[in-house]
Amino acid sequence: MLQAIVFYALSVLTIGSACIVAFSRNIVYSTFALLGAFMGVVGIYVLLAADFVAMVQLLVYVGGILVLTIFAVMLTQGIGDVAISNRAVGLVPAVVTAVIATGVMIYAVLHTHWHVAATAPIAPTTYGIGNALLGRFMLPFEVASLVLLSALVGAVVISRHEARE
Amino acid sequence: MQTLVQYLISSGIFGRHAPYELVAAITVIVMSAAVFLGVAFPFAGMVSWVERRVWARIQSRVGPNRVGPNGFLQWLADGVKHVCKEDIVPDEADPTLFKLAPYLVVLAFVLPWAVMPFSSSLILADLNVGILYMTAVTALTVVGVLMAGWSSNDKWSLIGGIRSAAQIVSYEIPAGLSIFPVVLMTGTLSMQGIIRAQGWAPQHWFLFANPFTMIAAIILFISALAEGNRTPFDLPEAESELVAGFATEYSGMRYLFFFMAEWGNLFIIGAIITTLFLGGWQFPHVTRNVVVMNVLQLITFNVKVLFLVFVSMWIRGTLPRVRIDQLMSLCWKYFVPISFLDMVGTAIWVAIWPNGNEWSGYVMFAAGIVVGVIFVQRVIYYLRRSRMELYFRPTI
Repeated sequence: MLQAIVFYALSVLTIGSACIVAFSRNIVYSTFALLGAFMGVVGIYVLLAADFVAMVQLLVYVGGILVLTIFAVMLTQGIGDVAISNRAVGLVPAVVTAVIATGVMIYAVLHTHWHVAATAPIAPTTYGIGNALLGRFMLPFEVASLVLLSALVGAVVISRHEARE
Repeated sequence: MQTLVQYLISSGIFGRHAPYELVAAITVIVMSAAVFLGVAFPFAGMVSWVERRVWARIQSRVGPNRVGPNGFLQWLADGVKHVCKEDIVPDEADPTLFKLAPYLVVLAFVLPWAVMPFSSSLILADLNVGILYMTAVTALTVVGVLMAGWSSNDKWSLIGGIRSAAQIVSYEIPAGLSIFPVVLMTGTLSMQGIIRAQGWAPQHWFLFANPFTMIAAIILFISALAEGNRTPFDLPEAESELVAGFATEYSGMRYLFFFMAEWGNLFIIGAIITTLFLGGWQFPHVTRNVVVMNVLQLITFNVKVLFLVFVSMWIRGTLPRVRIDQLMSLCWKYFVPISFLDMVGTAIWVAIWPNGNEWSGYVMFAAGIVVGVIFVQRVIYYLRRSRMELYFRPTI
């Protein structure tokens, strides 16, 4: 009962903030509304007893990505006057895309065989995640870090190049 | 927490068939309110008075000593004054975000108290990702600061907000990496688990466990000061350059919120260092009485934390502010590489001695004592050359 209330409250927070992100006329409001969306997702992870993922979501998305996004938005001149929506494509293709995407998602939700745990397993997930990342999924984990490293080196190369000119 | 809820239900205060979830929710809310209103906010207030007194002594002044004994009630007077002030929202500011920003900063200040390990039983929630939670929620401060900086529509505020964001995002990396050695040695992220892995004696603290953890502790303390916008890293609110930085346009209660969070964060910085490196609440088993043990542990924890709070005030009174480029090069050119090496070093150490090395604890502790003695000698030397009547009469 209480769990259901909390779940719906968190869902409203997440979806409401996401709507502000999408529909707000002011891009700064959109950026700050991302905070609500991320926090709602953190709450849902906690409700699902995924403690480690919730904290990493908070650390990476709120502490890192959101802050850098706000940073970029603030450093852009005349950000309040920019026309946010891209009107080049038009309304009809947008509606068609949205309808198809919604249909696919609803189909996926209805036709997936969901595993429902008998009781909520409230147990630490850190050990499991650690063992999986450094055991069975070692190779994908290391490859992901290589991708990040190349992105890092790329960023340095691009910014150094501009500085020389 | 569970035992308390079970006790409340079985005692029949809420009727015999009280739903467990509801009682648990009420208990959590009441306990949290008690911790925030009874510990966190008065602490933040009192620290403001202590800090002004300590500063004054460092600068050979007397400091606030009129309201109450030795000026002890100064913080209450200041609080009442700020509440009574007019709440001004500038015409050109963005009213929604301007009003929301202080709440976010205070939110980031109250959330860490949920995992604050005051003693072996006194903790609101011993999360098994406790230390990660602590670092994650304190990162919310920067969103509030950026919001304040942008919504004030003022160049000083904006520059302050952006400086703060750059600083916090940068220093989060060495701070996070410095927590890693301890996690590697204990194999747990829980606050109580980390404290239980240490002993009450200093040679069993992680500060002295091996050379790498000592470096990690120093880096973590400096990075935490930078994340908390403390001098010598208080560029976001540098008075001589930015009026009051991101808080320039704020007045009254909202202004107080920012500074309450800053003073309260001192306790959180101290608590993180104490938990990770200084043995937390560990106290020798002198009695079997659980209540007495808990009180002793509570005192131990608070003494350690308040010592670190004092050290940060001392630093604030002693060191000049660094420049922004010095701040960034300190973080990226020194702290990040050192903490990466530190991480690798700890990993090798743990691989060689999985259960820790008893002798390195004694050696490191002895080295720590030597450094401490030299330091105290220098301090005494300079005290002798200064105005002694102020230092030796603390209740002027």
